[in-house]
Amino acid sequence: MPDAAIVRVTCTINGRRTVLEGHPIERLLDALRHAGLTGTKEGCGEGECGACGVLVDGELVNSCLMPLAHVEGRAVTTIEGVASDETLHAVQAAFVDCGGAQCGICTPGMVLAAYDLLSRNQDPSDEDIRVALAGNLCRCTGYQRIFASVLEACRRSGR
Amino acid sequence: MIPLDRYELVTPRTLSEALEELAAFPGSRPLAGGTDLMVALEAGTLAAGRYVSLLGCPELRGIDVTSDGVSLGALTTYTEIRRSRVLQSDYPMLIAAASETGGVATQNRGTVGGNIANASPAADTPPALLAYDASLELMSSEGTRMVPYVHFHRGYKKTDLQPGELIARIHLPRRSLSRASRDYYRKVGTRRAQAISKVCFAGTIRLEGDRVQDVRIALGSVAPTAVRATRAEAALQGNALTPAALAAAEEALVSEIAPIDDIRSTALYRTRVACNLLREFLGDHE
Repeated sequence: MPDAAIVRVTCTINGRRTVLEGHPIERLLDALRHAGLTGTKEGCGEGECGACGVLVDGELVNSCLMPLAHVEGRAVTTIEGVASDETLHAVQAAFVDCGGAQCGICTPGMVLAAYDLLSRNQDPSDEDIRVALAGNLCRCTGYQRIFASVLEACRRSGR
Repeated sequence: MIPLDRYELVTPRTLSEALEELAAFPGSRPLAGGTDLMVALEAGTLAAGRYVSLLGCPELRGIDVTSDGVSLGALTTYTEIRRSRVLQSDYPMLIAAASETGGVATQNRGTVGGNIANASPAADTPPALLAYDASLELMSSEGTRMVPYVHFHRGYKKTDLQPGELIARIHLPRRSLSRASRDYYRKVGTRRAQAISKVCFAGTIRLEGDRVQDVRIALGSVAPTAVRATRAEAALQGNALTPAALAAAEEALVSEIAPIDDIRSTALYRTRVACNLLREFLGDHE
């Protein structure tokens, strides 16, 4: 690729100022993974499965559909940024305890979708949870334990 | 890996910079939230060339309430639509459409202008916009023009956008709502999320006594473009909602849609469901 096509995009990732280099239309998903943040997964590559979910300025987006140029000056949170150091977030701990993961490929996206939901609604109904996670597909669990994990996370967070 | 070096993406800081870009480089295309174009990129079907990111243009944002109605910036996302108080109270079909498009992540990025410009006949907001008599403010470096949205889609994936033009704002006329007004929106698809519609129906109706005073009906996924069902409307206008009137409206509706068999559904199913939705809209409880 000619050098002129490469841009340097300054953003924060999980609180740390980072410069991502790449083509401006390169998928954020690829830029993150090339930068070593491989917790964000590619499932479908077309914005249907949610496995590539990240937060940008606190909003859930599919990183497979986000051009690198669009994160200039913005704050990105990936699955690597959900836990605090060695302490799992309530959502993550609930997934562990309630069996919300089998193969794990959908799990980062599911956790981020749940994290995003709880940042906006601390007392979601079952319907709220289903709607919030409607953009995340799972081929293993049949979803019930995932929803149970999210409910348990709410319960533990003292709803 | 998709070869990226056949694309350029520029990021103007203002609307006038963006319009200059579009004028200076014929064939360059706007990019908004990316929820359509980035899918094409990954599928290998995105046309090579120059793309102009609009997200840095503040003039294309915001939902403004005026004495004439409401004006939405083309970059208004589905999430912003859903959170808008004035749209919730006066234009609830837009809320319904935005809520049923994709999922949360899509709604945070997808824009109403992009949904219109992408011109899929299955798009979710166009039927609501048609039923609300929307008009579009189109801009280029040469100036601005207003187009009634009902005239904007010319055929399958063909719009009235001229070279160098972009959709700047979507105007919705003020509504005179009464207790006898009803809005009805229903999207029929495989799932309640992340589904392209098999049939999409948007209708508004206002009765005076038992007579239809005002009615607007629009559908998606039953023609090469979203379609206003003007014949069905004419069959209802001024009439009471008798079985005969409903039957006439249904016959008129069937005559003005042209559904096809495709990967999602069949013409037969789409026709049947369109008629069912019409009857549900009109309160037919048979």
